[in-house]
Amino acid sequence: MVNPDIQGKRYPRTSSYLVGREKVREFAKAVMAAKESQDLSFAQSKGYADLVVPPTFPVVIQEQSLTLVLSDPEAKIDFSRVVHGDQRFVYQRPITAGDELTSELTVASVKSLGGNHMVTFETEIFDAADKLVCTAISTLVVRGE
Amino acid sequence: MPNFEELTVGDVVAQQDYKITRDSLVRYAGASGDFNTIHYRDDIAQAVGLPGVLAHGMLTMGISIQPVVSWIGDAGQVMDYGVRFTKPVVVPAHGHAALSVTATIGALDEEAKRARVDLTTTFEESTVLGKAQAWVQF
Repeated sequence: MVNPDIQGKRYPRTSSYLVGREKVREFAKAVMAAKESQDLSFAQSKGYADLVVPPTFPVVIQEQSLTLVLSDPEAKIDFSRVVHGDQRFVYQRPITAGDELTSELTVASVKSLGGNHMVTFETEIFDAADKLVCTAISTLVVRGE
Repeated sequence: MPNFEELTVGDVVAQQDYKITRDSLVRYAGASGDFNTIHYRDDIAQAVGLPGVLAHGMLTMGISIQPVVSWIGDAGQVMDYGVRFTKPVVVPAHGHAALSVTATIGALDEEAKRARVDLTTTFEESTVLGKAQAWVQF
């Protein structure tokens, strides 16, 4: 079950997340990134101030916004029935260690399909200057009873 | 750094094999903060009707882009990356699940100097991601 009325609902801005260099390294290792992704001098040789995050790293920020939805009694999403349907990240600029990020999630759509519900979330991620850096788009499939 | 002008649609630009073990799942859980128990507990995976402990979809997605990142030498040039999760990757308690990733040029935008790289990620001879595409800025 998902409450279809949450379509269009915008959740509050999350508190600031500071992207740490060692967190980037930890995440890079976990997704089996090549060694140079963890090498500061390599990043600097490409003109970056610090390590660039792996392309899927914003999932960590998205998760913070998603927590708000999953704990929202109005949304009525049963997490034990949730399967990840699809995921996309659209960047305005690369994210590097040192960035301070906040996010704001909107429920883009709630659809019903063969007893299941499909909920699409758009999470906008902003930097300390309040500029959009990345949009994370995620569809969760909530299996029917 | 590859040369944009030399790319042709259909070019295979990267291919890489990966082994996912239970250790990989625990490492990814810690790094990402996704501690859903179906990714490390056999009893719970079984109880909810799954074929076994599954890799996080986001781990498969995160790994699948790495051959592209290594090919261009800069994660910051991946401007857009999306996938559909079409099939679960079952990770045994002993041994590993073998993933194979192939990256092919799917489209070229000459004006914007962007290339669309299409990813094929296979596990046990079937693809596990659908419409896995990344746009790379040159």
